[in-house]
Amino acid sequence: MGNEEIKTKITELLAASAFDESGEWLNITVSSQDWFSFASQLRNDETLYFDHLFCLTCIDFKTNLTMVYHLSSTKFRHNIVVKSVLDITKPEIETVSSIWQTANFHEREVYEMFGVNFLNHPDLRLLILPDGWEGKNPMRKDFEDPINMIKL
Amino acid sequence: MWSLSSISNAIHTWLNETFNPTWAMIFEMVIVGVCVIGLFAVLGLVLVIMERKVAAWIQIRLGPNRVGPKGMFQSMADTVKLLVKEGMTPNGVDKFLFNLAPLIAMIVAMLLMAPIAFAKDFVMWDLNIGVLYVTAVSSITVIGILMAGWASNNKYSLMGAMRSGAQIVSYELSAGLSILTIIVFTGSLNISDIVLSQANGWWIFKGHFPAIVSFVIFIIAVTAETNRAPFDLAEAESELTAGFHTEYSGMKFALFFLAEYINVFIVCAIGATLFLGGWMPFHIGNWEAFNHIMDYIPSGLWFFGKTFFLIFLIMWFRWTFPRLRIDQLLNLEWKYLLPISMFNLLLATALAILGWHF
Amino acid sequence: MVEEIGNTTEGDLIINVGPQHPATHGVLHLIITLNGETIKKVEPHLGFIHRSIEKMCESLSYRQFIYVTSRMDYLSSHINNHACALTVEKGLQIEVPDRAKVIRILMDELTRIASHELWWGAMAMDLGAFTPFFHAFRERESINDIMEETCGARLTMNYIVPGGLMQDIHPNFQKRVKDFLSLYKSKIHEYDELITGNIIFQNRMKGVGYLSPEDAISFGVTGPAARGSGVSCDIRKLYPYDGYENLQFDEILETAGDSFARYMVRIREMQQSVRIIEQLIDNIPEGDFQTKTKAVLKLPKGEFYTRVETARGEFGVYIVSEGGTTPYRIKFRSPGFSNLSALDKMARGEKLGDLVAMMGTLDLVIPDIDR
Repeated sequence: MGNEEIKTKITELLAASAFDESGEWLNITVSSQDWFSFASQLRNDETLYFDHLFCLTCIDFKTNLTMVYHLSSTKFRHNIVVKSVLDITKPEIETVSSIWQTANFHEREVYEMFGVNFLNHPDLRLLILPDGWEGKNPMRKDFEDPINMIKL
Repeated sequence: MWSLSSISNAIHTWLNETFNPTWAMIFEMVIVGVCVIGLFAVLGLVLVIMERKVAAWIQIRLGPNRVGPKGMFQSMADTVKLLVKEGMTPNGVDKFLFNLAPLIAMIVAMLLMAPIAFAKDFVMWDLNIGVLYVTAVSSITVIGILMAGWASNNKYSLMGAMRSGAQIVSYELSAGLSILTIIVFTGSLNISDIVLSQANGWWIFKGHFPAIVSFVIFIIAVTAETNRAPFDLAEAESELTAGFHTEYSGMKFALFFLAEYINVFIVCAIGATLFLGGWMPFHIGNWEAFNHIMDYIPSGLWFFGKTFFLIFLIMWFRWTFPRLRIDQLLNLEWKYLLPISMFNLLLATALAILGWHF
Repeated sequence: MVEEIGNTTEGDLIINVGPQHPATHGVLHLIITLNGETIKKVEPHLGFIHRSIEKMCESLSYRQFIYVTSRMDYLSSHINNHACALTVEKGLQIEVPDRAKVIRILMDELTRIASHELWWGAMAMDLGAFTPFFHAFRERESINDIMEETCGARLTMNYIVPGGLMQDIHPNFQKRVKDFLSLYKSKIHEYDELITGNIIFQNRMKGVGYLSPEDAISFGVTGPAARGSGVSCDIRKLYPYDGYENLQFDEILETAGDSFARYMVRIREMQQSVRIIEQLIDNIPEGDFQTKTKAVLKLPKGEFYTRVETARGEFGVYIVSEGGTTPYRIKFRSPGFSNLSALDKMARGEKLGDLVAMMGTLDLVIPDIDR
């Protein structure tokens, strides 16, 4: 399916979505409240069928946190990117680990690295950072560690 | 002709002429004790270097080649290293059992030496139930391993010990039944009698099909009984780090290590005695001239040659096969080897009664 | 991890496999709940070799950050470098000379064979067979020698850079690759004789660690692990890059979904890599090995994502650029991280000994998982 068709289809599903076609793939921005229902529609819709979440990450833009979901369909081989802008003071978004099981691990990584709180996540604990890690989230732009310098 | 028995007889006569019989007996015991410990050390060193060389040969590499000519003193150097290492006893262990376990493994291995005929008329203790003695005593090994696993207070050790317990208890059945096949043929439990009964041909040739089957089963069962790969589940370093001896270090570990190799030697010696004629040279029926030529090779050489051939076989297994899983291991014994060996024993008994073996 | 221990029922045994354990091939920590020998739950605990490469890259220039990526999946360092170079080239919109493209693919495929060789030996070692490791290293060493001659390094090559290659290939390169191919072909039957045809091995692998195609997709499993479940996911075929579209090779698919299927995929994949190398080794075009690029690279504002197929699966590089000389944010989508997440699903109900075999067939490289 081409980008235009996906666009029309997605507009049917979620009228409030914003598109950006400057990159390689179609970018869709949704609000964090709409994300979970939109995601399950993307996964379950027979003509879209985005069953492969191949990348899940977060970007710290200093003013906000942006969740980025790269989705692909193993049936139709089309790809889209879904973004959701979160409030930096209280970053919260619904988990999609019940839709794509790989999100479980990726969300745990984002949780500890960026401090995004995933609602209804089955197992939101530290994965990479050591037990009892307290304080700031290492991948945020304002993180400074005087002992183990990451910045060169 | 020169033989080990003439030396032992000469010593025996000299001792009895010089001292009274009681003292002669005590001196003989001391000499035998020293010889066993010496043999133990030598066998340990030789088998370790042999294993490493065989492994290297199979794995297209050189193996140890730095200490001594062709690396022959490597295991000596390793022993020195292990001797000077601290024998650690971790805090959480049951100290008494922890320290006792390697000794038990070692003592069992030593006891097993007693009835083995190393050469013609050269036996420490010519016991009339020699084979029964060996099967009975060798089952004590499992107590040493269970003790080590339990006392270590380590989950890996405990699992290794439990696996080993299940494994040794199971495989003893097949090993026992395949030994029984030969006993049915010979009608004697005495190791010297079994060897003498093979003067006109080894049992593996004389015993028809049942002897061959029981030989194969015996080799499989003793490989499992000595915890060697592909049945090394008790140690299984990729699963249980080192199994029951995870917590051992220094000389205590070395005792387990040594006991394993001595056990391999002993089961191979038993196998060689039962199936390949022990020290008996290669004889074919009534071919007098041929048999006579074979007799010129010393009997001790025959015994060690056959034993080391079997040891090589077991080493070959280790470096070729992947490891079995625990349920597959027990399935193999209870579903295949045990029924086969029972049926095989029945067949052998029928052959023996009808007198169809040579 | 303490709360985890509190949640178990009576009779469960919790053991820690790792961080230092012979089977994890690195510092992976698995907390395993056992009932006897049967696995009830596997919980990975990562981070022992986490170096925060993504954060590090944020302060490195577009020329520098590639050197760090060799240290992630150190067994497919060429392919990691390739992915990063492709992303930067996508941003700069520069075309790489044909000679560089062909050499890149040759290097990728040699790396893939070397990685699979190491996997083969290490996996057999996990199953208790030591000998294959040495047999695999015989062939792998000759690949490393080729790499050493051309790239100057044996493991972390840093040979593929934005705009082409670091330097031209060594004059002996073609001859030595052909020598390797003939060595490999004369020895490949030993692999089957030693392990593949072994009855113990087949019993250990067949029907163990089943992963259904739906689960494989849902868990984001890619590479040989997913192709063992019949999921077509070879990026070289689906989204070809640098001239893979012009080559004749098959995507290997097995449908059984068990450990043996994953094993066979890798074994057959090595032969496909040999096929690719054979097509290219005599047809390296003449010309430059590099396009002229500026000394300081500046990517335009935007987002760039590249997917490549490493020896372990789909590797993605996601660069967010704000127009400066350093990336604003880099995300490496490592195949091992997603593949590891499926381990719990595969291992439940299996025996402890098989967990080691499953980890072997997933071909985990810990620095790749932790980054």
